[in-house]
Amino acid sequence: MTDISMGNSSHPRKTTSLHSIDARTKRRNASETRFRYYGISAVFIGLLFLVFLAASILRSGLPVFTQWTLNTSFSLTQEEFDKAEKSILKTKSYESLFNQFLLEKLQRKGIDLEFDKKSIERILGKTGGILREYYRSNPDKLGEPVDFALSTSSRIDGYFKGRIKRENVTDSRFLQKSDIDLAEAMRDSGLIKRAFNWNFIFGADSGVDNPGGAGIGASVVGSFFMMLVVLLLSLPIGVAASIYLEEFAPQNRITDIIEVNISNLAAVPSIVFGILGLAVFIQFLHLPQSAPLVGGLVLALMTLPTIIISTRVSLKAVPPSIRDAALGVGASKMQSVFHHVLPLAMPGILTGTIIGLAQALGETAPLLIIGMVGFVARGYPETFLDGFVEPNSAMPAQIYTWAARADAGFYEKAWGGIIILLAFLLSMNIIAIILRRRFERRW
Amino acid sequence: MSIFGILLIVLVIASAGFVLGRFKVLRNVGGNIRELHSLPSYYGQNVFLKSAAPAFGLLAIWLIAQPVIIERSVSTMIPPSEIPEGSTMSLVMSEIIRTAEGVRNAVAAGAMPREMTEDGRIDIAGFTQRLKDAGQIATSDMTQMEIRATQRYNELYWIGGSFMTAFTIAFALFGLIWGLLESKPMFRARIAVEKGILILLIAAASLAIVTTLGIVLSLVFNTIEFFRLYPAFDFFLGLSWAPSFSGRGGASELGIAPLLWGTFYISFVALLVAVPIGLYSAIYLSEYAPPSVRSISKPLLEVLAGIPTIVYGLFALLTVGPLLVDVFGSGGILGVDWQDGGRSVATAGIVMGIMLIPFVSSLSDDIINAVPQAMRDGSYALGATKSETIRRVILPAALPGIVGAILLAASRAIGETMIVVLGAGAAARLDLNPFEAMTTVTAKIVSQLTGDSDFTSPEALVAFALGITLFVLTLGLNVFALYIVRKYREQYE
Repeated sequence: MTDISMGNSSHPRKTTSLHSIDARTKRRNASETRFRYYGISAVFIGLLFLVFLAASILRSGLPVFTQWTLNTSFSLTQEEFDKAEKSILKTKSYESLFNQFLLEKLQRKGIDLEFDKKSIERILGKTGGILREYYRSNPDKLGEPVDFALSTSSRIDGYFKGRIKRENVTDSRFLQKSDIDLAEAMRDSGLIKRAFNWNFIFGADSGVDNPGGAGIGASVVGSFFMMLVVLLLSLPIGVAASIYLEEFAPQNRITDIIEVNISNLAAVPSIVFGILGLAVFIQFLHLPQSAPLVGGLVLALMTLPTIIISTRVSLKAVPPSIRDAALGVGASKMQSVFHHVLPLAMPGILTGTIIGLAQALGETAPLLIIGMVGFVARGYPETFLDGFVEPNSAMPAQIYTWAARADAGFYEKAWGGIIILLAFLLSMNIIAIILRRRFERRW
Repeated sequence: MSIFGILLIVLVIASAGFVLGRFKVLRNVGGNIRELHSLPSYYGQNVFLKSAAPAFGLLAIWLIAQPVIIERSVSTMIPPSEIPEGSTMSLVMSEIIRTAEGVRNAVAAGAMPREMTEDGRIDIAGFTQRLKDAGQIATSDMTQMEIRATQRYNELYWIGGSFMTAFTIAFALFGLIWGLLESKPMFRARIAVEKGILILLIAAASLAIVTTLGIVLSLVFNTIEFFRLYPAFDFFLGLSWAPSFSGRGGASELGIAPLLWGTFYISFVALLVAVPIGLYSAIYLSEYAPPSVRSISKPLLEVLAGIPTIVYGLFALLTVGPLLVDVFGSGGILGVDWQDGGRSVATAGIVMGIMLIPFVSSLSDDIINAVPQAMRDGSYALGATKSETIRRVILPAALPGIVGAILLAASRAIGETMIVVLGAGAAARLDLNPFEAMTTVTAKIVSQLTGDSDFTSPEALVAFALGITLFVLTLGLNVFALYIVRKYREQYE
């Protein structure tokens, strides 16, 4: 034994045991647990944000898909029609006919409330105009009962959905407290019912004063034409560029410059692409403002780097043995790429393209700059070509327009629009995932 | 003829060329394709390429060049003395171009006889009335000179249009004949076609350079224009942002400082939210979480990155903003009166932070996973706990990558538009209170370009100067992030 191990030291060695935990170990273990909980809570907070976001979208947006409507069968005789058409205030006379009818109906139901004609107008909007328009285009329906679905005004609708509280209502020419009583009585007697709001999905945008009539359909069409432009431009160009860079490009300065440019373009803020679109497509080339064509061109340039990057990854994933085999049986380089490598890479390319398109579909900032907001998309384009060049809105631009309007009734529309937009994005992503699962090959 | 029609005709000619070229060589060899140099369809493709590609190229160049040339030519007609007080040449020209388009639409709709567009001594009132009847925009105070310029514009436009049609179709036919003449059995058609395709591929790849050039040039030229009207010194060093609404400049103060301050402040708040949550999530998910938790949580967190920014913008405006007012506003839960309106630095910053969580977490996750297992094992062997290993071994090794990820997230935050447009407010101020509404570079680009001021006023042109600042900032951050990652990356086997 050596001196060292004998160690006749004056300080007796502190003995520790694995069975009893000393203070230092306790501290270290506590800090270990703490650290672990930090991690768990970070993940938890992140997921909580997601749930909170989803809940607030659904809570505020789902009501827009239903609409409180008055369903009634109403009939008009030929004489009444002639008389109304001869009077000076034509829609007013239709309205008074309808009011008379409604009054009788209410009395038969046993509702006995004092109300004036104005309050029906405040609850149901301009009924006279709707009736007149219907009977003028369908004169053969005169004399027989016709089922009408008249949607309630946005304020009464908002009251039923809980957006407007009774105690906050101050009597104005839009809504009075007595209207609410009447509307409630009509609801209780089953006259006004909740119905699915098809107009929101298929309708077009209304003016700034009519949140009830606004629909997202026209801007879905605008987005569709934009995506068509994006797809037609960015897919072929992106694939061609990737094929060149991945298969043919020599290692030189120019190739380097192209590669650096592509990765930088992927990081340029989207609004800068909007400025590019404004300066080049609208100011320099005088393409029509607010047109889906211009929006599509800008978004195509934005999507290009995404598509190029994902296409190059899928081209790289095709093993060199495929190329060698093709070259070995006498194919040219070009033939080996177009006949063998490209078809094998196609599922990956399509997946990347769909994800790129989904990104482009939700992009808003460049559309603001090229003037796709502030334009009220009141109708569908008439022909297929008009769809590209006639001013239209797009889904995200429409949502922004609604969010920027003063009337709170439009906020509900904006949330509803988001649900539709997210539904499109979700289905595109699901298609991409299915494509990847079904066709992806592991080499 | 419409461009669509021209495209169609060229395509028809080229397709005919494909069929003819293939047919010609096959007939030459009597159907025995062994005597051909290439497969028969290559002869067809050769003719197709030769007739379509040059014609489309010409069409594209013509479409870009024609408006510029016509504008040049027409603008020489307008003497500087005729430009009204307070207006500029480009304003007058854009007016002429707009009216000319209206006239063309009216003619196309049959509301205006073609002769009327050529008559130099036409009376102004009747002319504008016709335009208005046809549903076109027409300003009533047009001068005789402007109408003549409009007519000249259209005259050139129509001439140019017919020349374009003629030349494009001639190019297509010429290419067709050239290709057909070439189509002989020993012509090396495949090589010619492959060369043509390679050129097309190179052109597609070069589009990235063209786009970058387009961005840089459109920003630079308009910025130079802006600095002619407004001193660059005041723009970069001015402490006040107060554009006048008249659209004529003059009293506008366009200092970038408050906007940059708002941008950085909001980005800072966003990173304050995103970095701890993102980083700890990445650490937990890559080091602690069991595979089942990881496989569910990671994609769910990444959903946050796939949500369009307009959704976050609305979330900030309608949910988070009012919530913060309920907490920090007057009569709120805390009883402090810090926040008046829903729009504030905190609102935009928090929501942007939520958006950035997956950026930080995914990138950091990849980097942490790239640290080799041997380093962990070594640390455990020395008796370190898991958290000590992470803090003392893994994080230092992964630090350059994590810094890179944070810088990339910062670059996203600076360039983000919709959240700040909807959530941060419009008031440009230099303030420290995070519950105050402030504005950013991107929000002001939107508001200056979507307002009513015309594109030649300094109020609109300032957007390009802001744009170039933004471009340089984000590009700089990205390059810096890549540089850090490359320079300090540890190389493992």
